[in-house]
Amino acid sequence: MAIVTIIEAVNQALAEELRRDPNVFILGEDVGKRGGVFRATQGFIEEFGEQRIIDTPLAESSIAGIAMGAAMHGMRPIAEIQFADFIWPAMNQIVGEAARVRYGTDGKLGVPMVVRSPYGGQVRGGLFHSQSVEAYFVHTPGLKVVAPSTPYDVKGLLKAAVRDDDPVIFLEHKRTYRSVRGEVPDEDYTLPIGVADVKREGTDVTIVTYGLTVHYSLQAAETLAGEGASVEVVDLRTLRPLDMETVLASVKKTSRALIVHEDNLSFGVGAEVSARIMEGAFADLDAPVMRCTGPDVPAMPFAPTLEAVFMPTADKIAASLRTLLEY
Amino acid sequence: MAQASTSGGTLDFPQGLNGESLLDIYATMVLVRTLDERVWMLNRQGKAAIVASAQGHEAAQLGSVWALKDHTPDYFCFTYYRNLAVHLAQGLSPTEIMSGFLAKVGEPLSSARQFPLHGADLSRKIINLSNVVGTHVPHAVGWALAAKMRGEPTVVAAYFGDGATSQGDIHESMNFAAIHKLPVLFLVENNHYAISVPQSSQMAVANVADRAAAYGMPGVTVDGTDVLAVYEATAEAAKRAVAGDGPTLVEYDVERYLPHTSDDDDSTYRTKEQLEEGRKRDPLLKLQRLLTQEGLLTEERDAEYRAVAKREIDAATDASEAAPYPETDSFFEHVYANGSGS
Repeated sequence: MAIVTIIEAVNQALAEELRRDPNVFILGEDVGKRGGVFRATQGFIEEFGEQRIIDTPLAESSIAGIAMGAAMHGMRPIAEIQFADFIWPAMNQIVGEAARVRYGTDGKLGVPMVVRSPYGGQVRGGLFHSQSVEAYFVHTPGLKVVAPSTPYDVKGLLKAAVRDDDPVIFLEHKRTYRSVRGEVPDEDYTLPIGVADVKREGTDVTIVTYGLTVHYSLQAAETLAGEGASVEVVDLRTLRPLDMETVLASVKKTSRALIVHEDNLSFGVGAEVSARIMEGAFADLDAPVMRCTGPDVPAMPFAPTLEAVFMPTADKIAASLRTLLEY
Repeated sequence: MAQASTSGGTLDFPQGLNGESLLDIYATMVLVRTLDERVWMLNRQGKAAIVASAQGHEAAQLGSVWALKDHTPDYFCFTYYRNLAVHLAQGLSPTEIMSGFLAKVGEPLSSARQFPLHGADLSRKIINLSNVVGTHVPHAVGWALAAKMRGEPTVVAAYFGDGATSQGDIHESMNFAAIHKLPVLFLVENNHYAISVPQSSQMAVANVADRAAAYGMPGVTVDGTDVLAVYEATAEAAKRAVAGDGPTLVEYDVERYLPHTSDDDDSTYRTKEQLEEGRKRDPLLKLQRLLTQEGLLTEERDAEYRAVAKREIDAATDASEAAPYPETDSFFEHVYANGSGS
């Protein structure tokens, strides 16, 4: 078991899949000689050549659309959208087109492509390098959406995404790229898409979260442990399909649920998880489901003071937990 | 280029085409027109929910398919909603097509989940995924990229109209295909209207093909009502693609005789005089005239083609009308490869 960062886990997963299957290829902006602006594809053009590591023009819609066309014809493309903030020109191809192929052909065609994209803030990225985009994709039947938080999960789920027969939006929180390290097995492994992971066990309250805020939630859980409260942290890892079995089992045990995400408060993952907890565990709840999330402003501002207001930090999560426990 | 004519006439056939194949094209065109008129009528009878007519586009669609058949080792078509003739020429039967217009069991592309002519029929080498104009062109380029990576000799034909050429996806696709010298034919059926918006409000250039130079590929405009001109230009483009010389933009100047779709009323934006002028270029009449002049088509044979077409379309209509609507038990199937995924 080696200790790696998340960006190293991404790089390893991609390289191993490229070696394993000749139909896998990568396309995106600066993925070739530059090795990706975050180095996700560093060393790839040297090992796999420019036929399989394609530097595209700066045109996100066709990156997704061309990947989709290749996926329909036996390839396993991995498209990199350089920043999730730049994915909007590709929305029509991903949401409008790719998600509907299997249904619209009555199962005759599928789109086994992965769209990888760094998302999220607290990197001084301002309005257009900090966005969380997951809510726009999880609403769409036909897509799978994965947003893991640890090197182990990232590597296992990214390899599973490449092998999946449907379009997978793979979101990598860029703040975690170099700040989060963890053990990764030396041998080939995958993790099932659609299965959450209990990152910390507890009995008094459940946090349901994913991405960077998994780590802040774990910090908050540690703080609350010092105050005598036992906090369970469920890392969704996959947002669609959503593993409600794990969430409901936890909520039925703790009777309290706090949903934490960096994405804006309204109409997002928190709303859906909350609704499903009501449907599946209403009688077990001792308090209303609460949310601690990014606020409803268009994006994370640039100045550090403003950025801090946006982020659901460990302190904010701890405060929400106290409110929920006192209810 | 010129081959000895099999007819008694003086026609110079483009290489690959002869009198017999021209008669085949004519017979198919008669069938397409008969089918097209019938589905329009079925719409007016309240039986077909939506129809986009190919009338006026037939020579462009059939001439190009024949050129692809004759001049590529293998090809694949990404079509759009007006490609009735392409679909028929690719082997879909009138009954299969008609069942799509009536949304009945037996529809082969999407099992009637989609509008007529939409979905995929891989054995007929057709994908027509979406109603969103121009979105399929990047897919055609991706398919060609995959074919090249896999060492297949496939040429990909991307069909679209003049309206689609305003979409960014089309520009991005042409640019990418030209950079990578992909075997793609960008086939524009320019009927000079995006629903109601005339070409002069869509672009400042005289021809869509003028844009090809900006991507570093050849662009050619031909009379899309003249099946010989269509065939020749498409064959040339196909040969370039097969030789590894990359994509070509071929623009067919065509007429759209009916409104955009059965839900449109074109009297609000074009005059009867304009339409009558366009009728002078009717591709079916043109080909009929040409074949007659060349001594290839007699009145008797023509009447026989039309009688056969009518019989076939009558039978297709009867079969489709008798067929049931799809059962609903598969409603939730094929959202994902496995499971529901919500």
